[in-house]
Amino acid sequence: MCEKKHSIMGSRIDGSMTEHTAAWIFTGCGLLAVIAVFSITLYMVLNGTPALFKVGILEFLFGTVWKPTADPASFGILYVILTSVFGTFLAILLGVPIGVMTAIFLAEIASPKAAAVVRPAVELLAGIPSVIYGLLGILIFNPLMYRAEQYLFAGSKTHQFTGGANLISAVLVLAVMILPTVISISEASLRAVPKELKSASLALGASRMQTIFKVLVPAAGSGIMTSVVLGCGRAIGEAMAISLVSGSSVNFPLPFHSVRFLTTAIVAEMSYSQGLHREVLFTIGLVLFIFIMFINTVLTGMFRKGVGGNGRA
Amino acid sequence: MGVRKGERILTMLLYLSAGVSIALLAGIMGYVLARGIPQLNLTFLSTVQSARKGTFGILGNIVNTLYIIVITLLIAAPVGVGSAIYLNEYARPGRLVRMIEFTTEILAGIPSIIFGLFGMVFFGTVLGFGYSVLTGSFTLTLMVLPLITRNTQEALKNVPESYRTGALGMGAAKWYMIRTILLPSAAPGILTGVILSIGRIVGESAALLFTAGSGFLLPKSLFGKLFESSGTLTIQLYLSMQDAKYDQAFGIAAVLLLIVLLMNLLARCLSRQKNLGE
Repeated sequence: MCEKKHSIMGSRIDGSMTEHTAAWIFTGCGLLAVIAVFSITLYMVLNGTPALFKVGILEFLFGTVWKPTADPASFGILYVILTSVFGTFLAILLGVPIGVMTAIFLAEIASPKAAAVVRPAVELLAGIPSVIYGLLGILIFNPLMYRAEQYLFAGSKTHQFTGGANLISAVLVLAVMILPTVISISEASLRAVPKELKSASLALGASRMQTIFKVLVPAAGSGIMTSVVLGCGRAIGEAMAISLVSGSSVNFPLPFHSVRFLTTAIVAEMSYSQGLHREVLFTIGLVLFIFIMFINTVLTGMFRKGVGGNGRA
Repeated sequence: MGVRKGERILTMLLYLSAGVSIALLAGIMGYVLARGIPQLNLTFLSTVQSARKGTFGILGNIVNTLYIIVITLLIAAPVGVGSAIYLNEYARPGRLVRMIEFTTEILAGIPSIIFGLFGMVFFGTVLGFGYSVLTGSFTLTLMVLPLITRNTQEALKNVPESYRTGALGMGAAKWYMIRTILLPSAAPGILTGVILSIGRIVGESAALLFTAGSGFLLPKSLFGKLFESSGTLTIQLYLSMQDAKYDQAFGIAAVLLLIVLLMNLLARCLSRQKNLGE
């Protein structure tokens, strides 16, 4: 022990300073995530609440008139909240069945070769920048919707023509964007179902489809629900892809109305907003933040604890 | 017979859904590349847009994107890896670990527009960096941190326990063991995390619009750029789209897609290599 120059133990004692420093630094790195979430929450609340009281909570949340630059300005975001909720719901309704079925195809039906083509494709779909989805939405969905609009509202005098930038276009874009999330998580949970369940079901004479839909899907239920919840979070938080696709005025979310989401309201007006208007945009951010926190903590927590474990998916 | 028919319909639906997913990807890639690649030429790729000459180019945006990638990773990679090392090697299971893992997960679920608002207020206004590469990079650091932490954690978990006990048993100190044994073994996993982060940064727009700004000029000096407004490729794409200059937009979209494709291939090669190695 005394001749520490020659023993391995020696370097250990000499290096104890380094060791301690390293341990402290790593702890600090670990804590950064905690600090980040804490400060983001703090700043969202600090910046979002003042306007809430200036405008009045009820007037803000349940007002339907959004005229931020008018001279008495009016800040009612009920339609904006409803648009985000409806839009997300419709996107889930459209995207989840396709996503879950693709996951089943990948996990159960596809040959390894076919799966080797589809799976990377899905991963790639997840990596495409959201502005590109927006670009395609504008050039593909909007013209289609415009044509549908001209056809459906041909004689209408009350309908405000939107040029195709409406709720449906935005929902279609969102549905495509949540697909990768739903597919990859559902597939993983389907693969995690014990092989015995499948073999037992097949051995009892159940057909392939019966096994898939009555045994495997329920068994993977909580995982599939988690994928839906995450898809929900992705859809409600998406901004750039739908900001130009969904139109630019605040309206009640009907299919052919030009609408504004919580996210797109921020993106569209932040650059020119001032004073109270700017504060109100932060309040919209706070509302969005509360939605997201609810989805990510309460809903995921619920399904992780296995409430949906035996439920129908 | 009714059951049979139902079966057939279900099978068909499964194939149809998978077909839709593939068709979507093929359609998107095909359409963007078909309309975008013809836009690419030397002026487009190697100059900055100029109102005087009436030409459009994205070199400035490419440089901005590179700046933001490099600065973000310079901060996020060490911190993310450090966090994973703490969670996997130092921490004892308990409240703190649960807290860190929980917040990491929350961080991964926060939408980029919220990061953008936070970055704009905190890094931009409170710390006074304004619209700049630094503000953008700090904001994105928070965003990609969970990606790097998780991938590193995954990689560290895959290093056999015997490596650790072997090294410690021979008298190596913990940090020495981590530095010489664990990190090299976990390198492919860490690299995968880094590449995925690059993909995320390249594709990010909402978090950058209010933090990094929309400047498109080339840097005058290496470090001066850090404090200048710098629009990335995605931001320029958004601006072109807003002005209804769809040809420019498709040109940028094609460049972005090619980068994303490349990152995807790299990550895939890495994970394949890792699997072969084990």
